[in-house]
Amino acid sequence: MSMVNLTIDGVSVSVPATYTVLEAARKAGVKIPTLCYLKGVNVAGACRVCLVEIEKARALAAACVMPVSEGMVVHTNSPKVRATRKSTLEMILSDHNRDCLSCIRNRNCELQTLADEYSIRKITFEGEKSPSVYDDKSFSIVRDGSKCIKCGRCVAACNKQSIGVLSFLNRGFSTSIGPAYDVSMADAPCIYCGQCIIACPVGALHEKEESEKVWDAIQDPTKHVVMQVAPAVRAAIGEEFGLPYGTRVTGKLFAAMRRLGVDKLYDTNFGADLTIIEEGNELLNRINNGGVLPMITSCSPGWIRFCEFYYPEFIPNLSSCKSPHQMEGALIKSYYAEKKGIDPQTIVTVSVMPCTSKKTEASREQHQNTDGLRDVDIVLTTRELARMIREAGIDFCNLPDEGPDMDLMGEYTGAGVIFGATGGVMEAALRTVADILEDKDLPTFEYKSVRGVAAGIKEAELTLNGKQIRVAVAHSTASARKLLDSIREGTAPSYTFIEIMGCDGGCVCGGGQPQVPAQDLMDIDIRAERAKALYEEDTVMPERKSHKNAEIMKLYKDYLGEPNGHLAHELLHTHYSPREIYPDSLAE
Amino acid sequence: MGKTKMTPEEMSAKLDAVLATHKGEGQKALMSTLQQAQGIYGYLPLPVQKKVAEALDLSVAEVYGVISFYSFFSLKPKGETVFTVCLGTACYVKGAQALLEKIEESIGVSSGDVTKDGKYSISACRCVGACGLAPVILVNEDVYGRLTPEELPAIIAKYKEAD
Repeated sequence: MSMVNLTIDGVSVSVPATYTVLEAARKAGVKIPTLCYLKGVNVAGACRVCLVEIEKARALAAACVMPVSEGMVVHTNSPKVRATRKSTLEMILSDHNRDCLSCIRNRNCELQTLADEYSIRKITFEGEKSPSVYDDKSFSIVRDGSKCIKCGRCVAACNKQSIGVLSFLNRGFSTSIGPAYDVSMADAPCIYCGQCIIACPVGALHEKEESEKVWDAIQDPTKHVVMQVAPAVRAAIGEEFGLPYGTRVTGKLFAAMRRLGVDKLYDTNFGADLTIIEEGNELLNRINNGGVLPMITSCSPGWIRFCEFYYPEFIPNLSSCKSPHQMEGALIKSYYAEKKGIDPQTIVTVSVMPCTSKKTEASREQHQNTDGLRDVDIVLTTRELARMIREAGIDFCNLPDEGPDMDLMGEYTGAGVIFGATGGVMEAALRTVADILEDKDLPTFEYKSVRGVAAGIKEAELTLNGKQIRVAVAHSTASARKLLDSIREGTAPSYTFIEIMGCDGGCVCGGGQPQVPAQDLMDIDIRAERAKALYEEDTVMPERKSHKNAEIMKLYKDYLGEPNGHLAHELLHTHYSPREIYPDSLAE
Repeated sequence: MGKTKMTPEEMSAKLDAVLATHKGEGQKALMSTLQQAQGIYGYLPLPVQKKVAEALDLSVAEVYGVISFYSFFSLKPKGETVFTVCLGTACYVKGAQALLEKIEESIGVSSGDVTKDGKYSISACRCVGACGLAPVILVNEDVYGRLTPEELPAIIAKYKEAD
């Protein structure tokens, strides 16, 4: 690799010739502020916050897009640079709704941080504010145009997902960001993955908050609140309380949720183990009885919507299994209610998820029983739970380690835990399917070829009891698109089983997870950091195969009967239907 | 103005022919494709946008974003006779606003709209590049310069008679 030597604020560095000034400065230990820049997503040079002075150059240059060159002398902290950045920030702020105190991103806003770092005390530019919309019609995503700074990070994130629901609309002062015709996110072909929220540096995009409903239910003595938490949450919520990226906080998480005052506390990993039994059996049925293959996982509601909107011909390939928290919700209102003698009408099921699409998933009419009772009443994101913990005054970092309630539906295995990382569902399924096909307790069950984030599509091939099983794993809808296109065109090998997760890295980087400041993302791969926490938990669990979950086995024996049986079908399975992209009536 | 009307089937077939030559070409083909589509339909309704997006492998939002950026692309149908008033700086200074209002008054709809019978529409644009003739209006593709509001009734009448 050819190297280039340059000087940044008096520090000499040698960096690869492909580096930008921003990357070189990072290496020299010099921090350059950024706003529209988001590594691997948006490199536009649009916001002008990263301007630097380069000797002999005609004008200030945007460090995020300026390539390095030999002998370059860069100043990042000259009076001219400071003054220019400051007036740029003032101009951005002049058209920004500065209700910081009541903003969802208060204390966690990249624009607020910059305003603080640049000691902005007064906005000298007065005048009209550009037109904006407030859209809270969908179950998942709220758009607040008054906060939008048009940095384009959400547009780039949505394009990176290969979906492109968000675009720049109109021009000049009237520029806004939204779907075609500026329709609501509820009417756009949006999968609610929430990657736009993760990308947004300010409060212009956020989840539809539902924590008030949870507080109300907890306070209501006639309600029995059962809370469950997804595996990926434990790998990230520590960040909300200042802990290092990738810290596994399972024990403190359960302790904190218990202190909110819920009546029962479970781990969605139980539902994940159950999913493996149902999905594993569904797969074996399809293999043995000439069913539609490859079978594709159905845990990720973002992926499900993507399939319904963009690849409806693959609907028959989707596993009919509900996602783990939906299964668990359905059982809480049936099995749990019956065994505990509680009227299911009084039960409020709350799922804490790393996901914004789960909010819409829970509202699907297929996910309620014949009495109109929803499997899951309220879905909170990881961020919403963190806000509730703060509001309750709980000192998260100093909590003792606790666990879920260990009765009926409390047990889980390592296989359930790894659901939160890309490849995890596949590995968990293989651990069980392999044991069934080989009819023994296999001593080796780690399938490392389906782990990791380096490749968007991963493959593995194994022979079990003479049967050849070829599997693929895709994470992010862009990778899913690539994989499905290759199947459609007939250039892909014939797969038996495919795992698809809507988000890059899997659920650990879902749209409901804590936002990581763009400056931090320059140094770490957050997907890998968070996944490490889950694989660590897997190794410390006493059981690591879903079919070894004793409570699951008891559930089948005492209540459900056979996997994929009649009652299992009624409670744990669902169906899908194609969705139309921008119906013509929207423009009328 | 003497344009023979195509049937919806003819328009659709013509659009398909245009799109077939740009399959999967993406952003680089978007502007010219939209221009041709507008040439066929007179404007760019949602079903046309969806077809363009699908053919070029772009999202509908991106196609809509480009249409809403350029004032020459229209989301609404245009009349058989289209009045366009230049509101560029030179024309504006020379009193183009008064011309716009006069035409609005005389055909009975405001800028950006089309009359109920679909015969006339009016829109404003930014600089047609004939600043020496300011203020300028276009009627279909005919240019009229150095106009005063008093001269307008005669011009409008000319196109009404042509019907």
